[in-house]
Amino acid sequence: MDDTKKLAIIATKGTLDWAYPPFILASTAAALGYETQIFFTFYGLQMLRKDLSCLKVSPLGNPGMPMKMPFGPKWFKDINWNIPNAVQSLIPGYESLATTLMKQTIKNNGVATIPELRELCQEAEVKFIACQMTVELFGFEHSDFIDGIEYGGAATFFEFAGETDICLFI
Amino acid sequence: MNFDKELDAKGLNCPLPILRCKKALNDMTSGQILRVIATDPGSVKDFAAFAKQTGNELLTSAEAGGEYTFFIKRK
Repeated sequence: MDDTKKLAIIATKGTLDWAYPPFILASTAAALGYETQIFFTFYGLQMLRKDLSCLKVSPLGNPGMPMKMPFGPKWFKDINWNIPNAVQSLIPGYESLATTLMKQTIKNNGVATIPELRELCQEAEVKFIACQMTVELFGFEHSDFIDGIEYGGAATFFEFAGETDICLFI
Repeated sequence: MNFDKELDAKGLNCPLPILRCKKALNDMTSGQILRVIATDPGSVKDFAAFAKQTGNELLTSAEAGGEYTFFIKRK
């Protein structure tokens, strides 16, 4: 009998912060010997694009996100910039600025980048399935996405998910 | 302790030390010993969990001056 453990993840978010959990868990599971598959649907498709600069982080309406500067002296880095939603929404480029600062913080902390984690997943033979229905719904072309992925629907997902030990919706 | 290969995972954060360790072990043969040096405080529990789940033996786990040193024997 095949006693390999299996993990299935449904990735539904299309932001830089939420790209981390699926790729971290999938790459780690693969390193632990799990056979792993990620089903990317709706906004999660953004994580499969060749160009990952589409992944941004938005502090708007996200009270759980600390806004701290990744540079300067310690007292300055420790300040949590509590900027009201109304102000955030009026400043053009606020999201891009927050994304740039987040990427710097990620780098400062020795945390892997999303392209790096995605590549590690692929090297570890994590299977990527893109939801064909949402690919069409959002007007994507297969050429928008990286090579080595499969396209399928809910039934394709369940074929593997039904055999798994762990199944996560992210 | 003698070792066959060394992995410098200093400055790396979860899950990179584990992923690099797995990669390093892949290039080794059964019974060989890998020394890993990390600075991520979470790695102490993670390496123990990694060893337990993969069957590679964690021979020692030690901390000194903010650096964590692990000796892992390849399964």
